[in-house]
Amino acid sequence: MRRSCLFIPSSNPGMLQSADIYHFDSVIFDLEDAVTLSEKESARELLKNFLVVADLKQKEIMIRINGLDNEFAIADLECIVCDEIDTIMLPKARVSDIVYLDHVLTQIEQKKQLKKKINIVPIIELASSLLEVEAIAEENRVDGILLGAEDLTSDMEVSRTEEGTEIFYPRARIAMACKAHKIDAIDTPYTNVNQLEGLQRDALIAKGLGMNAKACIHPNQIDMVNQIFSPTKQEILKAQKIIAAYEQEKKGAFSLDGKMIDKPIIERSMKVIAKANKFGLI
Amino acid sequence: MKNSLGRFVGEGFLPFTTSNAFVNKKRIKIPEKKTTHQEKMVASLSEVFDKLHITDGMTLSFHHHLRDGDKVLSLVAAEIKKRNLKNMVLAPSSIFPCHHNLVELIEHKNVVQIYTNYVNGEVADAISQGKLAKPLIMMTHGGRPQAIESGYLKIDVAFIACPNADSQGNGNGFFGVNACGSLGYAISDMLYADKKVVITDHIVPEVGECEIKSEYIDYVLKVDSIGDAQKIVSGTTKITKDPVGLKIAKEAAHFLDLAGIIQNGFSMQTGAGGTSLAVAHFVKEIMIEKNIKASFASGGITGYFTSMLEEGLVDRLYDVQSFDLEAVSSIGKNANHLAISASSYANPFDDNIVNQLDFVILGATEVDVHFNVNVTTSSLGNIIGGSGGHADTAYGAKVTMIVTPLIKSRIPIIKEAVTTITTPGSDVDVIVTDRGIAINPLRQDLIAKMKDTNMDIVPIEELWQRAHRITGIPAKLSFSQDVIGVVMYRDGTVIDTIYRK
Repeated sequence: MRRSCLFIPSSNPGMLQSADIYHFDSVIFDLEDAVTLSEKESARELLKNFLVVADLKQKEIMIRINGLDNEFAIADLECIVCDEIDTIMLPKARVSDIVYLDHVLTQIEQKKQLKKKINIVPIIELASSLLEVEAIAEENRVDGILLGAEDLTSDMEVSRTEEGTEIFYPRARIAMACKAHKIDAIDTPYTNVNQLEGLQRDALIAKGLGMNAKACIHPNQIDMVNQIFSPTKQEILKAQKIIAAYEQEKKGAFSLDGKMIDKPIIERSMKVIAKANKFGLI
Repeated sequence: MKNSLGRFVGEGFLPFTTSNAFVNKKRIKIPEKKTTHQEKMVASLSEVFDKLHITDGMTLSFHHHLRDGDKVLSLVAAEIKKRNLKNMVLAPSSIFPCHHNLVELIEHKNVVQIYTNYVNGEVADAISQGKLAKPLIMMTHGGRPQAIESGYLKIDVAFIACPNADSQGNGNGFFGVNACGSLGYAISDMLYADKKVVITDHIVPEVGECEIKSEYIDYVLKVDSIGDAQKIVSGTTKITKDPVGLKIAKEAAHFLDLAGIIQNGFSMQTGAGGTSLAVAHFVKEIMIEKNIKASFASGGITGYFTSMLEEGLVDRLYDVQSFDLEAVSSIGKNANHLAISASSYANPFDDNIVNQLDFVILGATEVDVHFNVNVTTSSLGNIIGGSGGHADTAYGAKVTMIVTPLIKSRIPIIKEAVTTITTPGSDVDVIVTDRGIAINPLRQDLIAKMKDTNMDIVPIEELWQRAHRITGIPAKLSFSQDVIGVVMYRDGTVIDTIYRK
């Protein structure tokens, strides 16, 4: 269960060193777009060494590797997969890519005798990926899907807008697929890092469509994203009241403050409480 | 001799004992010096030097309200050079990079001693290299007026840059092409210096409210320019966008909120640094959310605080120096934006503003495990600043909070012992860093209040260890035995000594 996922370029030692101070749920160390071709190898080595000493206080560590369509991806995996990381983020993912990645990860896990199984978060950046997102969501190891709106709209040959109407459908479809398989629907980053009002508006639209997390490209975006994707104080209080009443009534349906409470409302309340517990809000 | 903090104190100086030792001392005030002159306008700086018989070995003072845009100190320095005066003593309230022409005078022994509250730039570098013949005397913003009024710092001639003046020497900093706001640091010089010269580039028939009063002024000199007021913004006076600074600021404001300090009628000082201003920003958010109004903000004032004044979030601003042009513009037109003298601001013997502060937010170049703070020298031992009002506000405020990253440029900020003590640890209550918060064990009340919160509060030794886990343990610097400076606490005792590397 994630809310905020912060991208950090793996080629930047200063930013790597500061990673531990922010309140994100997941950090995505990027080996792909944020790293120039000439720095691919050094960034990989830097990240590998950083992971040995990093103390990220039990936060999820994701690595965005390069796409499987180029020679860097396998080198990334061979170098970086270890017990210190949790998840591989795969760009321009198709079902076939995820099947292949699962196979490679299995081999590396066995070879390095890892104690854990690495998860996969695919990025939907192609129209063809979006059309098979339901299949992607049910693939082995996949525990979340990220919408990559910049590449997707490029593939669609449409412009990105502040209103985001061009990604209404991808957001809704990804959210639906993720919810159907009980995995995280992670929204595309908001790229204007100086506009917190814009970020708020954008995140609320995504949340309204069922996304439960958002990628961040600047640490200053984390608090806003966490706030939007967390239950509010009022939601928590209401959920606590409903669950307390449910435990007292011990009935599938009952009345509380003049309103009928039944199974869907009780289940929603339980989800709110689970989230609040997970994020230390109660 | 060593003081109570174990730091060396040279002959002829009194050792620091405790920060409140002065309360048992009597305030000493020499008589104010008024003028009998009627014809005050002079044609040139040279004429001023002639009329006042400025000669070798005299002490000349200046204020720093034009900050890095000041030209008056440099004009006087040029006249000293032209006349080849020797063994001069300068007492500017601060020295900035724009005053680089002093270096030559220091090297040629035209200037042999300096009393100041802050020094930065080439002059600081020259002093760090041991070029000043006699030790630099570093004072605080409150200590300087105390030293002047008591006669410890005897000023022969005060040169007062005045952006708006009349021909008799009445003046203020509110108007004129080089309006710089409050002239608070010049007031003690005006009252107690032997002779006083107003230097202005804007003569008017009526100045309005007088910060500088003609009865004290001997001569008035009109020059083409006293400086460039645009450059009073010589540091950052905008809220930081740096995520580390913002994180620290948010935690600091949250701490103050949880500690119950942000209540109706509270008072604050946050300084002008980007992170300090960000604390003000997050405090403001809490104030709006909880419908809280502050009684006053003080110190160096920025546009952020004048906006809060205009929005009705704070009743009054006590302005000893204006840090940006928004503050300059406000002080001349808002009756609740009040110019105050450095003495009213922080003189330990005066009925001062700092003692009324609920909290102050300050920075640090180093903090040690005893909470002593250094803002005078860098971790490499070079002089880079000075107390300004650091030690004054730390003493006066009910809660003194230092905001700083735990590591700056790969150097840990928390040390076993700071290179130079500027402010004693007994006056420092909380250290807020990006990687944890430490509360001074002397403040058991704050520790108790924060005990059941989810803030990352740890002993300062743990912060020290956290820094070392990232950076390793830095090698200790070694210094020569050559004394290049003396750090005076606000009561005139010596809290530390600065050595050449």
